[in-house]
Amino acid sequence: MLKLIALLAVLFLSASADATESYGMPKLDIGKGGQCVEEPQWMRKNHMKVLLQQRDETVHQGIRDGKYSLKNCIECHASTKDDSVIGRADSFCEGCHRYEAVKIDCFECHSSKRKSTLVQKESK
Amino acid sequence: MSDTDIQRRQFLKTSVGAAAVAIAPGMLLFDMAHGKSEAVSSKVRWGMLIDTANCADGCNDCVNACNKENGLSGGLSPTDSQWIRKVELKDMRSGRTLALPMMCQHCEEPPCVDVCPTAASFKRADGIVLVDKHLCIGCRYCMMACPYKARSFVHEPLHDQKPDVPRGKGTVESCTMCVHRVDQGRQPACAEACPNKSILFGNLNDPESEISKKIRTVASTQIRADLGLNTGIRYQGI
Repeated sequence: MLKLIALLAVLFLSASADATESYGMPKLDIGKGGQCVEEPQWMRKNHMKVLLQQRDETVHQGIRDGKYSLKNCIECHASTKDDSVIGRADSFCEGCHRYEAVKIDCFECHSSKRKSTLVQKESK
Repeated sequence: MSDTDIQRRQFLKTSVGAAAVAIAPGMLLFDMAHGKSEAVSSKVRWGMLIDTANCADGCNDCVNACNKENGLSGGLSPTDSQWIRKVELKDMRSGRTLALPMMCQHCEEPPCVDVCPTAASFKRADGIVLVDKHLCIGCRYCMMACPYKARSFVHEPLHDQKPDVPRGKGTVESCTMCVHRVDQGRQPACAEACPNKSILFGNLNDPESEISKKIRTVASTQIRADLGLNTGIRYQGI
């Protein structure tokens, strides 16, 4: 009887693991990572709203130290391999956006590269 | 209250003090690096005074500094963006020549803002005229309205823009008076680069600022003053 229960438990666990993987959730290269400005799950849902609000405050009122800055997102989350948040299937922004089939317009104008690395390269 | 309680309170007081001391310099550094958290106000009006007598013929340092700071190609074809250009003038009768840098004049009454159908072209409270590229639809009406030919349209897709200066195809752009630097308390790239210090940047609303004092004492003119736009850029020695 014990063996049967153990077997069932193993089957159940492996089945649930399979279920998660079969969704094909993107595995992202989160760069340096670290403590985000909000809970990751909240950010997944709401990052576009906070970025939109802050962008207007920055462009029109010159408030540049807001909490939700696109540059700060990139600073932590650009890949450590190519310093970018787009361009590859596992890039921090592009990975999820490909999965959700949502076009990102940000990087047609904004730089997708980590600023501190660019500054270092220029000063060399 | 027991002895332990009092000791605990004292410990808490001192640790809070220590934490404040430890955090304060960090906060200051953060402010310096990222700019102010207050909205810009109309108490300030940014402007420039350009001394054309010191502006050397053939010197292009301000233009090059602008191109480097803002990630412009520096090309001169009709489809390349030019935010600042050197203009050379010659009086045919006397033969006197004159060189000066020409860019967005940051008008108090900007025609580009009047004509913009989407309110993308706007004037910030501190007098800097900008394009909100999130709103710009690329109609180029502002380019036609500008008497100074200061604006450019981005015709081709761009790559490797500067993190501080987003630019993109299908939008109009012009001199931003290096707004990203000004918000950090620095001066525009052209003013910093001029080898003869002939571009003086400052607050026109502050009577004690260097630029206000100089405007009070030397003769300066606005270009096309007849249009009554009250430009933020003034020229000396034209």
